[in-house]
Amino acid sequence: MSEVGLLKLGLCVVVVFLVKATALAQPAPDFELPVLDQGYTLNLADVKGKVVYLDFWASWCAPCALSLPELEKLRARFHDQGFEVVAINLDSSLEDARRFLKDKNISYPILFDQNQVTPERYGVAGMPTAFLLDRQGQLRDTHTGFKKGDTEKLAIIIQQLLRDEES
Amino acid sequence: MIKKCCSVLVFCVGSCLLAACETSPVKPWQRGDLARAEMAWEPDPMESSLRDHVYTSKEGSSGGVGTGGGGCGCY
Repeated sequence: MSEVGLLKLGLCVVVVFLVKATALAQPAPDFELPVLDQGYTLNLADVKGKVVYLDFWASWCAPCALSLPELEKLRARFHDQGFEVVAINLDSSLEDARRFLKDKNISYPILFDQNQVTPERYGVAGMPTAFLLDRQGQLRDTHTGFKKGDTEKLAIIIQQLLRDEES
Repeated sequence: MIKKCCSVLVFCVGSCLLAACETSPVKPWQRGDLARAEMAWEPDPMESSLRDHVYTSKEGSSGGVGTGGGGCGCY
């Protein structure tokens, strides 16, 4: 391939990456939801300035059960550097969420969306779905489903986001 | 004139009936009831697997069973 051809190919790749980056980097829709059994509400502005893993989950979803302790580990690892996990529970009954969380030691805020409006606004495609937000509240990545081995992949993305924000 | 009115009426009634057939797909976060154990085609996977094994062995028809089912649709 000639040099001009290579240059054109390179330009195409750059354009594709730029388009993808701009498509993802958009402001995360705002919300204000009650924190489970805490008597106060939390909105997105409360965690602005942090890299946020916004997780949509429900007690009936098996991969969600796998993800919660893993997210707790990630939070413990990166919390000092400005990382926070915010989970939005989508059970139709609050009791189901309470029963599920009873024997789990979760320290990050779990919000309850009774009207199930936020998943629609975020375009949740499956359960669980999570969105990674940067310190400016921009959507930077999505993660659908959860399986063993995802924790390390997520850790790399989180580290990258934390590092990007520092520089 | 009557013929024209009849065809308009048939069109309207037909449209209404067809509109009643429309269903909105279940959203991923609305599948809580579908994820219940009693909604599974096979509540006991072990028993089902054993039954399938016996059936396929007897009939010599491997792959003749199984169907898409309910479930939570989780990833």
